[in-house]
Amino acid sequence: MALTETYLRWRYRLVPDHLAGEILSKRWIDNTIPLFILLLVVAAFSTAMPEFFNAASVGDLSRQWGEFALLVLALMIVMLAGGIDLSVGSTFALGNIVALALISVAGWPMWAVVLGTLACGAAVGLVNGVLVGYLRLRAFLTTLVTLIIVRAIVDMLLLKYSVAIAGGFIDSDAWYYPGEGYLLGMPFSVVVAGVLAIVIHLVFSRSRAGWHVLAVGGSRRSAHNVGIPVKRVICSTYVISGIMAALAGLLFASRLGGAGADTGIGLEVTALTAAVLGGNSLGGGRGSAAKAIIGSVTVMIMVNGLVRIGVSAGANSLLLGLVLLAAVAIDVRWLKNRHKLLSKVYVSPTFMDLPAAPETDEGSIYAVNDKLHPVEKIGLDAIDGPEDVILDEDDNIYAGNRTGDIIRFFAPDYTRQEVYAHTGGRPLGMAFDRAGNLLVCIGGMGLYRITKAREVERLTDETNRSWLSVIDDSRLRLADDLDIAPDGRVFFSEATVRYEMHEWPVDCLESRGNGRIICYDPNKGKTHTVLKNLVFPNGICMSHDGQSFFFAETWGCRVSRYYFDGPKAGTVEVVIPDLPGYPDNINRASDGTYWLAIVGMRTPSLDLAMRMPGFRRRMARRIAPDEWLYANINTGCVVRFDETGRVLETLWDKGGENHPMITSMREHKGHLYIGGINNNRIGRLKLDWADPDWTGSQSYWRRS
Amino acid sequence: MRVFGRLSQEQIVFGLAVLLCLGFALALPGFLTAQNILNLVRSVSILGILGVAMGLVVIGRGIDLSLVALMAISVAWTLQLATNGMPMGLALALGLAFSLAVGLLNGFLVAYVEIPAIFATLAMGIAVYGFGRYVMFSLDVVYLPQDAEAFRWLGQGRLLGVPTPICMFALVSFLAFLFLRYTHQGRYLRTVGDNLAAARISGVPARPVILMQYMIAATIGFVGGCVTAASVASMNTRVANSTMIYDVILVVVLGGIGLSGGKGGIRNVIVGTLLIGVLLNGMTIMDIQYTVQNVIKGVILLTAIVIDTMLNPRDEQTAQQGDI
Repeated sequence: MALTETYLRWRYRLVPDHLAGEILSKRWIDNTIPLFILLLVVAAFSTAMPEFFNAASVGDLSRQWGEFALLVLALMIVMLAGGIDLSVGSTFALGNIVALALISVAGWPMWAVVLGTLACGAAVGLVNGVLVGYLRLRAFLTTLVTLIIVRAIVDMLLLKYSVAIAGGFIDSDAWYYPGEGYLLGMPFSVVVAGVLAIVIHLVFSRSRAGWHVLAVGGSRRSAHNVGIPVKRVICSTYVISGIMAALAGLLFASRLGGAGADTGIGLEVTALTAAVLGGNSLGGGRGSAAKAIIGSVTVMIMVNGLVRIGVSAGANSLLLGLVLLAAVAIDVRWLKNRHKLLSKVYVSPTFMDLPAAPETDEGSIYAVNDKLHPVEKIGLDAIDGPEDVILDEDDNIYAGNRTGDIIRFFAPDYTRQEVYAHTGGRPLGMAFDRAGNLLVCIGGMGLYRITKAREVERLTDETNRSWLSVIDDSRLRLADDLDIAPDGRVFFSEATVRYEMHEWPVDCLESRGNGRIICYDPNKGKTHTVLKNLVFPNGICMSHDGQSFFFAETWGCRVSRYYFDGPKAGTVEVVIPDLPGYPDNINRASDGTYWLAIVGMRTPSLDLAMRMPGFRRRMARRIAPDEWLYANINTGCVVRFDETGRVLETLWDKGGENHPMITSMREHKGHLYIGGINNNRIGRLKLDWADPDWTGSQSYWRRS
Repeated sequence: MRVFGRLSQEQIVFGLAVLLCLGFALALPGFLTAQNILNLVRSVSILGILGVAMGLVVIGRGIDLSLVALMAISVAWTLQLATNGMPMGLALALGLAFSLAVGLLNGFLVAYVEIPAIFATLAMGIAVYGFGRYVMFSLDVVYLPQDAEAFRWLGQGRLLGVPTPICMFALVSFLAFLFLRYTHQGRYLRTVGDNLAAARISGVPARPVILMQYMIAATIGFVGGCVTAASVASMNTRVANSTMIYDVILVVVLGGIGLSGGKGGIRNVIVGTLLIGVLLNGMTIMDIQYTVQNVIKGVILLTAIVIDTMLNPRDEQTAQQGDI
């Protein structure tokens, strides 16, 4: 048994299971399958034809690719907004013939030819955009029809001008430059495609206009509801697509200079294959310039490679069709199943060997008693979930609630209440600073300050990103409790970096060191992580010496002390290693000792499960979250301990009638005020032995 | 305007066809002769047969863009097998089996893999065309063997003085009408097209019904292909790359079968076919250039889709993400 446990301990210490889920939750994971396919295609063709990737061949191919990539990027933009543009192939042909006709028949200067060609593309795009965007036609059929119409127009133009185009000689160096010239050592079309790809990437990842397009593609109705001009956004994507397709046609015209009847036929299907193969979703909301580039390179190599090998046109078409089918199938199944896979893989339990739980029988210091039975109930059924409570100099009570408000109960009888401030997140731990401002840890938001004028100000919501973590841990997800050092530095705990506020009990299943303690220095305005890899750090309380603080690790069932100043600076000491339950907030008591809330009691079954990570993982994968084994957070107690970690007394509500669930407690003028995260009341207990004038604010700020 | 407002799209299209007929009859000499009218209907009967196939799929809220490619390839393969010496009956059976297999695959991709129908069938059409050209035969055009007289009758014969393609169109339409009106499967098809989720909840085997609709379309397409091949004694597989599939969609949408599914019937297909027939015939008599005809058809199709969208706005409740 011991050997097995040693093995388990090392296996879970050395193998980072949690990385699988974290990698899967990244957005760039979508690109790995297309990238893999690209590498496969390159490998296949370079073994079949070693000369395929030599310099001359690549140079020729890349010039074609530049034009093709423009089409794929155009299609990608439209697809991102939830549409599709099948007319790109025809618009490409239109751009080709218009450019040729303008330069050789009409004899326009080069700049005018470029403008004229792009204007033609924009006009086609505008027709598509008005029909699909404003009249809300089905994109697929509409652009199919414009494909036919534009193709017919191209045929008409061909009949009229092809002889003149073939006969005329174009005497303009500027005309030949886009098709034959080099810029920075690369073919001109590649530079154009590359620059546009970067611009498109920046627009979609960093600009308002790009985000609007993404929002429309992600959910048209929600985008409309938040006030995005949906119709205009959709219309503009088609216009841009038309312009880019015409530009590609212009480059093609400059390169080959010939107007053939089959220019651009079937190109829309090739471009669509490339876009989908790169991982751009049909139906919108998911796609990027990088995906378009990956897909276009893959398809370009595939199509040209097959031609080079010398298979018939039929085989080419067969392969294209099959690849399109496979790509769409993978896309559809991946989109549908990704979150299922993620939810199966994300929860990743680890080995946790808790020390034996002390007894709560008669004779133990933790023995169950009825000392909490006489609590008075403040705000019964008038407050929803006061995780923490705090009192000001005038004895008013402040408590956060589930709907994101800080509620103030007025002294002396606490029957009247008001919303002191609205935060919008989940207010958790609270503390008053030297100036009397209320500092609050808000779950989902970060560390905030509520001034005496009731203004809600953000102090910090991010810390330094750790270099080796996969998920972005710079944002604060679940700031939990805080305390303030004499010099004004704020130390606060973030319970877990892997889960959001509403999923906090799931972190118990993992019991990995997902949490950390962070320091915010108001003098420098800087935030940095102080302690990492803590098992759900929760309560924080400055010790009376002003050089260290106590902190509780909930799923670790222990209380530790961290020295941030003085001779022992930087060290952590475990003060109470074996609690009978899960500790929550810690606060000062009037006699120099400390109060500790225990939110729920340990059970032998869950303690055993903690030593069986494989069991917990199977549970998380195979059964519904409602059926999982969670820690008990229904019945707890209040414990008082001194600086050495000796437990002095325990307060219980044996019958569970008045105040069974406890996440925090605060001593104030001879009374103990008790809060609980799922409670509908605040408890108030008279302490006979306590100093009737002692307040927390005095203890922190008036003593020195 | 009130009277006009009550008209369905089918009635509008029918009225339009009659008006066009009158106009052409007055303006074009030789339009309103019995011979020309027979020619007119005969020239669009294949379009009509394919329209019935497409109509059934569209009523089931799908679309089959592989219809024409599959028709061309399967019939061309049949002809190739017959030319190579296989008995005509066996060759036809093999061609039909191939059609059914591809139809089944289409249905599987749409119903079980859940690829949007429009993409599954688009890609399938390309793949089938490539497969045929690469594996089954090597020439663009496959000719009918000389000795297949019975087969030839299918396209060039007459039944009671009426050309057989028209009879085939009538037969296919009638059977499809009976299927849609009087069989369980036909009603299931309409239910699935009207509201897939509701049909499923109420116990309709939705996925098998989708399989069935693509297999029926493939079968009717094969029949249409046989009639085509018999009329011109060959099958030109290049038709797979032409705009014919859009003409078929034009017939269906113009006739008033909404693309959102569940609405319309075989009568709509017939009305749509007649209008297209009148239009094409008139334009041909007027000697309008082929490319211009394409533009005119395109504009009419676009108008039809606009009117369809206005009359049958997309239901946001049952429309799916990615349903484009």
